Amino acid sequence: MSAFLAIIRRDLLLVMRRKSEVLTILFFFVIVTSLFPLGIGADTALLRKIAPGVIWVTALLSTMLGLQRLFATDFADGTLEQMALSPTPLALLVGGKIAAHWLVCGLPLALLAPVIGIQFDLDASTLGTVILTLLIGTPILSLIGAIGAALTLGVRGGGVLLSLLVLPLYIPVLIFGAGAVYAQSVGLDVGGHYSLLAALLVLALFFAPWATTAAVRIAIE
Amino acid sequence: MSSILDSRSGRTNQIVNWFKFSSPATFYPLAGKLIPFFWVLAIIFGIAGLWISFFVAPVDAVQGQGYRIIFVHVPASWMSMFIYIMMAIWAGLGLVFNTRLSAMMAQALAPTGALMAFISLWTGAFWGKPMWGAWWVWDARLTSELILLFLYLGFMALQASIDDPRRADKAGAILALVGVVNVPVIYFSVKWWNTLHQGASVSINKSPSMAHTMLWGMLLVALCFWMYSIAIALMRVRTIILERESHSDWVRTLEGVK
Repeated sequence: MSAFLAIIRRDLLLVMRRKSEVLTILFFFVIVTSLFPLGIGADTALLRKIAPGVIWVTALLSTMLGLQRLFATDFADGTLEQMALSPTPLALLVGGKIAAHWLVCGLPLALLAPVIGIQFDLDASTLGTVILTLLIGTPILSLIGAIGAALTLGVRGGGVLLSLLVLPLYIPVLIFGAGAVYAQSVGLDVGGHYSLLAALLVLALFFAPWATTAAVRIAIE
Repeated sequence: MSSILDSRSGRTNQIVNWFKFSSPATFYPLAGKLIPFFWVLAIIFGIAGLWISFFVAPVDAVQGQGYRIIFVHVPASWMSMFIYIMMAIWAGLGLVFNTRLSAMMAQALAPTGALMAFISLWTGAFWGKPMWGAWWVWDARLTSELILLFLYLGFMALQASIDDPRRADKAGAILALVGVVNVPVIYFSVKWWNTLHQGASVSINKSPSMAHTMLWGMLLVALCFWMYSIAIALMRVRTIILERESHSDWVRTLEGVK
């Protein structure tokens, strides 16, 4: 467990030393969501309707941006190989890296989303749903994305390929996440959406670190 | 390298004879002999299925003549899901037992699976236009079939972009196994969600909700697609074997390759 925490600490420290990378991702999230009202027009009824989809799709794309550097630098300088050789299970270390990725690329989005939501004229209860669905949903994005990031390590055109592999797998999260926000905004029951999102999270927590570890081993072998 | 592998496969050969064909060198001629057989079956089933579906099957009470696209649409959808499962099984076998041929089979199946998924979506659009009044609706089954097409494309793109074939096989295998989650979602989507897409007309545990001639037409076309998929996958796997084993002695001495 201490190795798990040590990896999180190390990755967060690396991010703090080079803040621009993370801030780029957050600014991307803010700028892209702000483009929609400018492109579509400032009709509040329409904005309220498209807000769940816009926020969620942009969240998917923002976490994708962070995925490329999840393993790439460690792979390039051989750190990943050392991790695989260490006595600690690789799955635990990979789990630590995924957790750090979520803390950097997922959690801030959930905290920023209400501000975006206000721009889209969402009411308070819907804003709560936005935060809650993003809190459950973004860890799934990090977990699934890590599989793609490990599979495309050191591959030509890795960035574009990564999006081709990962985005289809993100679709269920998008459907239930955005669906919950939309249901809340029109006054329908959101319990089912939460249950399905949580079920996806449990499944991803169970399988994704394992699949990512296998993919990392393939890449460094 | 190849001589070591050959001697190893030779030893397994003595224990269980079935594994003899897990070596590309012995599978290559076997596949060559099987291909014409599957082509003939595909043509026979295809002619019989199309004849029943166009001339024997009655006109549908609700949908008129337009329903006849079901005879291509449903078999293509079945095959797109079935081929994905087969591809994942082959890829998983290749990952676990480190057999070269399994991974080649997975690679050979992917384009056919993608074609079936594409046919399924395309014929679905042609069917949707007269029946629902729209080429495309964002319904659970359509969306999950579209994801299946994307998964096939992702699998092929990943394999194509990794230069080392062994690494490409393993990376593709993991992707195929992760994506297999989608297949039950497609199959049960009409049950789980209240959708525009009609429910399954044929299922294992209840009698089909359609005329028997219609069912026969559909099953025969499905068999035709099945045999076609096997034939074309075997042809493709033979090409892949030649490409990957081009350095080995047995390929160099092969008739027609020299």
